Amino acid sequence: MSDKMMAADGRPLKASLNRALRRQKLRALALIAPLLLFIVITFVMPIADMLFRSVENEIVSETLPRTTIALQEWDESSATPPGEPVFAALYTDMALATEYKTHTRLGSRLNYEMTGISSLFRKSGRGVGKFDTDVYTKAFQDSNAAYADPAQWASWMADETVRGQLPMTADAYDAWAAMLISEEGDVPAEETPWDFVFTALYLEASAGATLPVDVDVSSVEPVSLMAQFEKIDEDWADPEVWRTIKIYSPRYTNGYFLNSVDLMKGADGIEERPENEQIYITLFVRTMIMSLSIMGMCVLLGYPIAWILANLPSRTANLLMILVLLPFWTSLLVRTSAWKVLLQQEGVINDILVWIGLVADDNRLQMINNQTGTIIAMTHILLPFMILPLYSVMKTIPPSYLRAAKSLGATDWTAFWRVYFPQSVPGIGAGCILVFILSIGYYITPELVGGTKGVFISNRIAYHISSSLNWGLAAALGTILLVIVMLLYWVYDKIVGIDNVKLGG
Amino acid sequence: MSGLPPYASTGQRVWYYSFRVICGLIFFFLIAPIMVIVPLSFNAQDFFTFTPEMLSFDPAGYSTKHYQDFFTNSDWQLALSNSLKIAPVATLLSVSLGTLAAIGLSQSHVPFRRAIMAVLISPMIVPLIISATGMYFFYSNPYIPTPFGKIELPFTLTGTYWGVVLAHAALGIPFVIITVTATLVGFDQSLTRAAANMGANPVTTFFRVQMPLILPGVVSGGLFAFITSFDEVVVVLFVGSAGQKTLPWQMFTGLREQISPTILAVATLLIAISIVLLFVVELLRRRSERLRGMSPS
Repeated sequence: MSDKMMAADGRPLKASLNRALRRQKLRALALIAPLLLFIVITFVMPIADMLFRSVENEIVSETLPRTTIALQEWDESSATPPGEPVFAALYTDMALATEYKTHTRLGSRLNYEMTGISSLFRKSGRGVGKFDTDVYTKAFQDSNAAYADPAQWASWMADETVRGQLPMTADAYDAWAAMLISEEGDVPAEETPWDFVFTALYLEASAGATLPVDVDVSSVEPVSLMAQFEKIDEDWADPEVWRTIKIYSPRYTNGYFLNSVDLMKGADGIEERPENEQIYITLFVRTMIMSLSIMGMCVLLGYPIAWILANLPSRTANLLMILVLLPFWTSLLVRTSAWKVLLQQEGVINDILVWIGLVADDNRLQMINNQTGTIIAMTHILLPFMILPLYSVMKTIPPSYLRAAKSLGATDWTAFWRVYFPQSVPGIGAGCILVFILSIGYYITPELVGGTKGVFISNRIAYHISSSLNWGLAAALGTILLVIVMLLYWVYDKIVGIDNVKLGG
Repeated sequence: MSGLPPYASTGQRVWYYSFRVICGLIFFFLIAPIMVIVPLSFNAQDFFTFTPEMLSFDPAGYSTKHYQDFFTNSDWQLALSNSLKIAPVATLLSVSLGTLAAIGLSQSHVPFRRAIMAVLISPMIVPLIISATGMYFFYSNPYIPTPFGKIELPFTLTGTYWGVVLAHAALGIPFVIITVTATLVGFDQSLTRAAANMGANPVTTFFRVQMPLILPGVVSGGLFAFITSFDEVVVVLFVGSAGQKTLPWQMFTGLREQISPTILAVATLLIAISIVLLFVVELLRRRSERLRGMSPS
């Protein structure tokens, strides 16, 4: 056939089919698109936001922009604090940050890295307005009244030549004017600039810059800003403080991740945290071990149940299935409160044990607020997630295989171990991964029955979000947990396939 | 396990019966903790254990005072009404969007099907604490970042009713997708073609032909979504504020601070609800299998 096949409308058949296929694809995508958009906005973007926050560190360079630039020339391994220019920059930054009230936030951020910085910043915020730099203001204003005239200042600062000669003063003035408008609601052209603007002006004048109205500044006694800061708190002379500020000044940091694995940034690279601050590795390991024990308990208890459900006549099996599905459908809080009631020292299990005489009344078992409590309660909560996939795999194993093995002379054990068990392994795999994924991120149950020894990494994340407010660290811990879960999810997808997830048996 | 053969040895007999006992014990482990709550909720005392009066079946040992407390206490009533306001709306959102998407996904040619499926299922896989953390951060932004710049919003979602509803809808979607796609696997596409052939437009085809057949799957997906929202604590703790306090939240704080045995009364009511849900879902599953011409297992 040399002629092309034609469709009824006269187009080549191939093109016509392609068009139909393309239209079909578009229709499918159009049906999916609203949900995809919804999930992306309500779920995927929040996760991305969390990932971003685990490395984001703009607060230092945003609160102390001039200081971070000035600090670039300081060698962080030196034993002396940085010089006067850095303190001059810090003066401007602090004076502004105090007005914006951002200095305490920065203080608590840096306090995660070095204890004591928080109070240092709070103190400095209070002290920075009382510096002796008012002598500069006075000197300028006494020598020429133009310096006390707000309108004159505004016109100077609108003049490009003046700005070119006095870049530092112009910068300080602009920042001051912006602060005045947003924080105080005042008009800059009606207010005299504050001391820190005059300080910048003095520093530039004494360095030989041309002033709009000439003033002889050589007679003014210079004020050491370093000494002023040291007067507030001598920690400002501590190079350790400056090292911390410099190390955490980049916009992005791996500091939170280092913290999550008990490391920190030191003067010469990454080093271990002090012994008493190392908690996260232990917590990760504990979360893993407890999730593995819960998984093991689930296999141990779930396998016989799945086996008996798969091998009983379907009428009985369906009835017994209710006993598995009822816990599955019951509220998580209900099951957790049940265990809280049962496991307490004055609870039902201890009462029964005392009544039987196994345990003395004054020596009741401690089964809650420790790892035992978490493992028992979570095994109960996650057991249906093990039984259901196991059951659906065992349903597909023909019982005739076992009979065949036995008729060929295998004992009951050999027939089970060599014939039945290997065929049920996919079910064990699916159930194990499911239980492990679910248990590793559990929060509610460990929080309620775990006490201090039985908590998971998720409880620490929640603590950092709501109590310590170290959001970056919470995000970093969350990111690590997410990566672990995603790896397991990928494995699960390879073994079972997400399309094969079944709900409720 | 088709009974013991008459020639079974003593060892086999012992194992047969002890295996059943073991299974019985595990079933007991599964069900007993839930069942223990029911009698305890009628305790006349404020204890979390059985009193001597209860054990001797003295009527004085039992009372419905914890139920009365639940129905009169304003905290619990607020929590109940919040739960009933949030869950249905979240369910409606996830069911409507989820059903449409499931129909799209079950078409024969869907580009990036696997990747899309992975994204849509992810709210079920990602640990709740991580979803909650992310939503807490993101919902407090007054904007939506896009590659073309930020879309400014005149509001933030943290601490609002709609924030919680959107978060819960996202969490319920995987369940809808899974149940509805499972129902659609057995759906005979020639039915829609037949309907189209007889002159029905796509909307009519959907509501008159496809919808009645997949309805059981949609409803049970909806029930899953409902229970997900109704039972959810972590996300609402983070995204919501005191004004959105739900029933599980109230239970959570109650359990943490050991306030009152009213929790047990609430738990009993929730158990009753879950028994009803369990039977409804089971009935729907059977109906769906019958509609699709499969024999119910």
